[in-house]
Amino acid sequence: MISGKAIKYGNNVNTDVILPGKYLILTLDPMELAKHAMEGLDPLFFRKAQGGAIIVAGRNFGCGSSREEAPLALKHAGVSCVLAESFARIFYRNAINLGLPVLECSGVSGKVEDGDELVVNLGTGTIKNRSKNLTLRATQLPEFVMEILGDGGLIEHLRKRGLK
Amino acid sequence: MNITEKILAKASGKKEVSPEEIVEAKVDVAMVHDLTGPLSVETFRKIGVEKVWDNQRIVVIFDHLVPANSERSAQLHSIMREFVIEQKIENFYDIGRGGVCHQVMPEKGHVRPGELIVGADSHTCTYGAFGAFATGIGATDMAAVFATGALWLKVPNVIKVNAEGRFQRYVTPKDLILNIIGEIKADGAIYKGIEFAGSTIRNMSIDGRMTMCNMAIEASAKTGIVEPDETTLNYIKERTNKPFQIFKNDPAATYEKILNFDITNMELQVSCPHSVDNVKPVSEVAEVSIDQAFLGSCTNGRLEDLRLAASFLKGKKVKNGVRMIVAPASQEVYLQALQEGLLEIFLKAGAIVGNPTCGPCLGGHLGLLAPGEVCISSSNRNFVGRMGSPKAHVYLASPSTVAASAVTGKITDPRALEV
Ligand code: SF4
Repeated sequence: MISGKAIKYGNNVNTDVILPGKYLILTLDPMELAKHAMEGLDPLFFRKAQGGAIIVAGRNFGCGSSREEAPLALKHAGVSCVLAESFARIFYRNAINLGLPVLECSGVSGKVEDGDELVVNLGTGTIKNRSKNLTLRATQLPEFVMEILGDGGLIEHLRKRGLK
Repeated sequence: MNITEKILAKASGKKEVSPEEIVEAKVDVAMVHDLTGPLSVETFRKIGVEKVWDNQRIVVIFDHLVPANSERSAQLHSIMREFVIEQKIENFYDIGRGGVCHQVMPEKGHVRPGELIVGADSHTCTYGAFGAFATGIGATDMAAVFATGALWLKVPNVIKVNAEGRFQRYVTPKDLILNIIGEIKADGAIYKGIEFAGSTIRNMSIDGRMTMCNMAIEASAKTGIVEPDETTLNYIKERTNKPFQIFKNDPAATYEKILNFDITNMELQVSCPHSVDNVKPVSEVAEVSIDQAFLGSCTNGRLEDLRLAASFLKGKKVKNGVRMIVAPASQEVYLQALQEGLLEIFLKAGAIVGNPTCGPCLGGHLGLLAPGEVCISSSNRNFVGRMGSPKAHVYLASPSTVAASAVTGKITDPRALEV
């Protein structure tokens, strides 16, 4: 179970916004990157996300470049889960590989407002919006993706289960 | 099956695959560059295996930060050079040896039809121009590929885009792909493949097909692909003598949908700030004043693009108050442009010709924009902050529109400058 406050964004939030290219060059330190997450779109993001937050977005979240620093920065800023109508596929894979849960949930952007209290059950794909007393259904993650998330990301997964 | 399915069936050792099926696929070639390489290497080290799965199948190319513009970039380069030496990777293109990764890959013979190619860069989909299945992945996926040579993939549904007709004068494949993205939108091909077909594509050069496939990702596609034909083979045979397998679409191949474009009357297209799918005909944005014009990138930094732009700049000057930056996509393109006298035309016009690098496209190395500035660019992304200040504005266009706009200082239909 993951719980936290929703931080809401629109459609097509791209990785240049999630983490501008200039910071990729500066450091590989995730905490440093985290401080610049969402800078272009929402300068207060880092403060809002501290201590756990759930991003709720529209269509095509994470589109653009393949930079894994984007989900890395979100995770280290305190994001515990991202819910969106749909995801750009490279971001989607990157997030799972880093152990950051991402769930596709059709209708989520209409049923959650900024600041709503959410509880997400990854196993069943149900999302409770406590502030609105609503329950939403996300597309359930395939079993092997749940395994990767459960192990804490792809690297831990490979280390734990051995290379094929 | 369609070609996308056939390639994925081969890569996963199956007779047949169908859309939505998840397969464990063997990778033929894996590419990293100087910006995504270091995190891939660091992550690879965490897995705890000593050797990469196959050092012949890994290609390392420096292009984003070339030459190093800061101590930190220099460090990123040295992380990669150490890795290359340690893993005995022969296919390494250091500064001065290659250029922009997506140009260097086919140019140096690392792309063949029917292969599964992954790159730690979203525009890896460019190699679909050669009938390969090529897609971008992140650093952790790449680390896993370095270790195992395989990754899971979902077989995508494919949208077939049929383009028919001949381009009007000065209209280019870039205009066509912008037009397509304007129609299907930035999320129009999410999780899907796009196959480009029809007489327009059949008559298109390799350079043009690369431009089209390069921008498939801007509609969020997993990959763009063109069925290989004689044009493909003529290029490939000059670049590699390794064996490869040609896949053709079955007559009964299925697609999620088929979109038809008649380009006969298509105008030049411009993608306006701050979204690639905000596409308008050039006539609707003419008169927008520009501060910078950029000709280059993995989308439009090839010989054909430089030739076209030079034909407009010959004997003309870049307008006072406008700076034009040209970055040929590779050493080979640079040399050829030099021999053809194109560079001289750019220099005499008052443009600067930089070394082969991603340059301003990346917004972190050189040619950045100040708040409020406007750039017309032949590259592929105009997101907020992509080329420098989040308050700058980027318009994407064809090389001909970029060159014409540099001359007049405002976005200009190249036909207004009739060569
Ligand atoms: S030219 Fe631009 S889009 Fe192409 S690889 Fe370089 S930074 Fe990426």
